[in-house]
Amino acid sequence: MRVSLKWLSEYVDLKLPPEELAHKLTQAGLAVDAIVRTGADWGDEIRVGEVKTVEPHPNADRLRLATVALGGDDTRRVVCGAPNLAVGQRIAFGAIGAKYRDGHNGKYGTLKAGVIRGVESAGMVMSEYELGLSEDHEGILELPADAPVGQKLADVLGDVIFELSVTPNRPDWLSVLGIAREVAALTGETVREPSLEFEAAGPAIKGKCAVAIKDPDLCGRYIATVVSGVKIGPSPQWMQERLIALGQRPISNIVDITNYVMLEMGQPLHAFDYDTIAGHHIIVRRGRSGEAFKTLDGEERELTDDMLAITDESGPVALAGVIGGLDTEVTAKTKNILLEAASFNGPNVRRTSTALKARSEASTRFEKGLPPELPALASKRATKLLVELCGGTAMQGAVDVYPGKQREARVEVTRNRIVQVLGIDPPTAKVRQVLTGLGFSARWVPPDRYVVRVPYWRPDVRIDDDVCEEIARIIGYDQIPALPLSAAIPAPVVQPRRELRERARDLLAAAGMRETISYAMTTMEILERVIPKETLAIYPPFKLVNPLTSDHEYLRPTLRASLLMTLAYNARFQKGQIAIYETAKTYERPDERKRVQGRPHGEEALPVEREVACGVVSGRRADRWGRPSDEDVDFFDAKAFVEDLLRGVNVTAEYVAADEFAMLPGRTAEIRVGGVRIGVIGQVHPDVATAFEVEQDAFLFEIVLDDLLMHVGDQRKAGSISRFPAVEQDLALIVDDETTAGALQNVIEAASLVRAARVFDVYVGDQVPAGKKSIAFSVVYQSDEKTLTDDDVAKAQRKILERLRREFNAELRA
Amino acid sequence: MPNDAVTQLRTEARKALDAAPDQGALDAWRVDFLGRKGRLTGVLRGLADLSIEEKKTVGAAANALKLELEEAFDARADTLRLASLTKSIETGRLDVTLPERPHLQGGLHPVTQLSRKILDAFRSMGFSIIEGPEVELDHYNFEGLRIPADHPARDMWDTFWVDEEVDGRRSILMRTHTSPMQIRFMEEHKPPIRIAVPGRAYRFEATDTTHEWMMTQVEILAVDEGLNMGHLKGTLLDLFRRLFGQERQIRLQASYFPFVEPGAEVAMDCYVCNGKGCQSCHGSGWIEMLGAGMVHPEILDSMGIDSRKYTGFAAGMGLERLAMQYYGVPDIRWWYQNDLRLLNQF
Ligand SMILES: [Zn+2]
Repeated sequence: MRVSLKWLSEYVDLKLPPEELAHKLTQAGLAVDAIVRTGADWGDEIRVGEVKTVEPHPNADRLRLATVALGGDDTRRVVCGAPNLAVGQRIAFGAIGAKYRDGHNGKYGTLKAGVIRGVESAGMVMSEYELGLSEDHEGILELPADAPVGQKLADVLGDVIFELSVTPNRPDWLSVLGIAREVAALTGETVREPSLEFEAAGPAIKGKCAVAIKDPDLCGRYIATVVSGVKIGPSPQWMQERLIALGQRPISNIVDITNYVMLEMGQPLHAFDYDTIAGHHIIVRRGRSGEAFKTLDGEERELTDDMLAITDESGPVALAGVIGGLDTEVTAKTKNILLEAASFNGPNVRRTSTALKARSEASTRFEKGLPPELPALASKRATKLLVELCGGTAMQGAVDVYPGKQREARVEVTRNRIVQVLGIDPPTAKVRQVLTGLGFSARWVPPDRYVVRVPYWRPDVRIDDDVCEEIARIIGYDQIPALPLSAAIPAPVVQPRRELRERARDLLAAAGMRETISYAMTTMEILERVIPKETLAIYPPFKLVNPLTSDHEYLRPTLRASLLMTLAYNARFQKGQIAIYETAKTYERPDERKRVQGRPHGEEALPVEREVACGVVSGRRADRWGRPSDEDVDFFDAKAFVEDLLRGVNVTAEYVAADEFAMLPGRTAEIRVGGVRIGVIGQVHPDVATAFEVEQDAFLFEIVLDDLLMHVGDQRKAGSISRFPAVEQDLALIVDDETTAGALQNVIEAASLVRAARVFDVYVGDQVPAGKKSIAFSVVYQSDEKTLTDDDVAKAQRKILERLRREFNAELRA
Repeated sequence: MPNDAVTQLRTEARKALDAAPDQGALDAWRVDFLGRKGRLTGVLRGLADLSIEEKKTVGAAANALKLELEEAFDARADTLRLASLTKSIETGRLDVTLPERPHLQGGLHPVTQLSRKILDAFRSMGFSIIEGPEVELDHYNFEGLRIPADHPARDMWDTFWVDEEVDGRRSILMRTHTSPMQIRFMEEHKPPIRIAVPGRAYRFEATDTTHEWMMTQVEILAVDEGLNMGHLKGTLLDLFRRLFGQERQIRLQASYFPFVEPGAEVAMDCYVCNGKGCQSCHGSGWIEMLGAGMVHPEILDSMGIDSRKYTGFAAGMGLERLAMQYYGVPDIRWWYQNDLRLLNQF
């Protein structure tokens, strides 16, 4: 909403400087986003001129020469390029030295004397753009015909405009009068209501016009007045200026009056051509399916029974509160006006206007719920203006059908409640002063309460806490003291899944990975790179109805693609090692979920959100100087991060070679805990990497934290620390190629006296038979009871070997 | 005459000792002069041929010499050790300004870091950290928060709708704020309540340097007997001071959110210029921080919490814009672009 202070000052005295007033309004909840001064730097150089002559330019086809009169004998000759320049126009003339906005670079400059194509120009006829009024470059600004020639333009058009953010609970602030009421309350002034007095010289309306409301749930009041013999033409200059200042384009006197009253009082109105209304009979009812009519934007609209239609005896003539019909529109030939001022159901207007994509200044006011008292006042005001400005004659009285009349709202507020909610206890006199200033009436009923009557324009105030807010915002929120939380701290509530995720985040970062955060939506094409099509067919990812772009259409059921995209993006800039991860939700389609008793309907249809940690490692390891070395990272770099994470949460995992979509066979493993899969690790299939424009080996891991959660270890307990020396011995084995180090290690570590075993060499080549490999372990033997002898160790090793031979056909390497 | 032998041995030993260039020579000297078969032992052996009187004299002299030489040996060994250390220090001098041996530098995303700071502050004020689903029902995101279908306040939250229907009605959406957790939590828990809810939220909004369609929010909710707007103010002021310094000031302006009454926009005086006005705060001296208010009594009542007995406050803040200011990043879209050249700086 924009408001002109010039217009505003008609209803309330503005004694504060605009900045101070803006601050007060903003504090009270009516946020002033910007203060725009029109004409602040027009100075003396820009004045109203009259175009006396227009002649062709001798040297240029597209330019013309004009003489402009500035009052008295003062005339100037200028070169002008605007096509709409004509003799007799009042225009804004900028003399040498005038400030103007340059049409080429948008910068403000000072007008200098100049010769244009051989002809001297003593100034310029200015456009709205050059004046800084709008972005309109097209042609010069045409001033009203009665604009006083020679007057400073700032005196004619200068104003201060507030650009306001109006919260949806306050449709009254979508009117100049409503803002005036707020200003009055905040500055202790009184409001001057606009005049509703006029002479109705026509016949009584009874019998000339009838109204019936068939659906009073959607229309609480409908008032029709009739003004006959109007003369269609432009509205007066002062009205046009006000409309323009608030961002409305003047159209014709009739339409301008309806818009003017809407901006002034907040009530949208509609003017019909009285003679086109069949039977002069307005019937307000729900639409019937199959019904259709043409609205004034030329669209053919089909009605449904959810829409409220204004009809006459032959059919629909308007969609209530949304848009009028083409056939009943006011035209240049219109003589008689039927003026509608009505109260429509807000949600219904919103639904209809949204469905028809026809939201307007009118519908956005109606949808916020306008009070039914307002149409009566607005109807009088607009009828008065129709009479006074369009030469019409008003019929006496109005047809007022008012099924939605409500009792005046009263709210009781106890003094205790004010203290309970606000933490302050303002004196009775202050409370009454604040509420009275806002147009409420407040009666103190001893010993403990106020009875508050709410003015018609504040239907948003319904309960005692609403009144508390009114008191607080006018007194000022700065009067409320800042208090510490002093009550006992409630028992803590812990979400283990969240704790695990945060721990995983920390562990991976501490291990050397960078956390990334990526968008939760992606495309089907990208998902198909990392998830088999069959899976996507059985569990289709959740899709947005209204994605911002097609790049973000599907909710991701995996983080893999996001990480690979981030890798590709960064690999362009960085040759060294990249190690990145993200912990985020995936959104998966549940197999089948049943409604749970006591849960809201639809909860079973929500995606399963699982916490996942996913990481990618790629590039070359750093050398001593941090430059990329010749060594590429491999599977085991990725495994190191996984192990750091798992050790950090006290989990021991097994790695089992596995095939996985989008991963390279033979270089991929399932990560299992207690035999149950919690994730996967491996090299991204080179074809998949290429699809993401990753041209180097990439190693990826994904751990489903939800699955890991149930394995997260208990509190660790310390093991014994032997006071006897440990003996370290190497054990080099020759085994079949497919035997895994992990399986061997499990056997070795299970043997008695073995404290730990660690692989230190793997060899395949000439020195072992074909189909075999050598794996060397460093084994630590130790006893808690005694110092081990060579014999003890040899005996233990022999036992290990026997078992390895039996189970794995392993031989000691010579 | 035998005494002369001691004297001569002394002279030779001292000379040889002073000439020993290193530890090896020193060890050889020791064997030569003081060893079991060394020359001093030889002198002592020679005593057998002497008279008792001579034995006494020469023996005493030889023992004195042994002590003297052992001391001299220690001193010489010390000197040599020091010399060699000095030498090794000279030759092994490091250029300590050379770079460290590199290892991977990991780190948390700056938005995570800021979120942690905020949550730590709330945790220390007794708030439990709670999270909820990102894909929500209309019921929790809007209706339960007093924003029914066709309510004009829905325009305040441009919504991504999920293409699913429940009984023919579109009712699944990307949550537009973390406020649905107010309802979910109060369904399960009754006062006293003190929770902070971090998480992602989504707005159907065109992006530019200060607008992003995915955002991270932190919401707080406190419900108890005796909580009023002063406690809301005090809690938020406490947060601002923990994050930005003890001198911070708070400003509340009236505002409207359907789920609070009264409602407020909350700002903090700019920590860069201390409220004087600077580039960081666009000259206003204030930084818009969050929306807040007293929990609407009808919401408490709908949760089975008696709004005449209990009152509560709630507040919700987006982190991305604050993070821009905090970390000096000029474009909000940089956060989720994941350019390591940016992330590696944090
Ligand atoms: Zn500042």
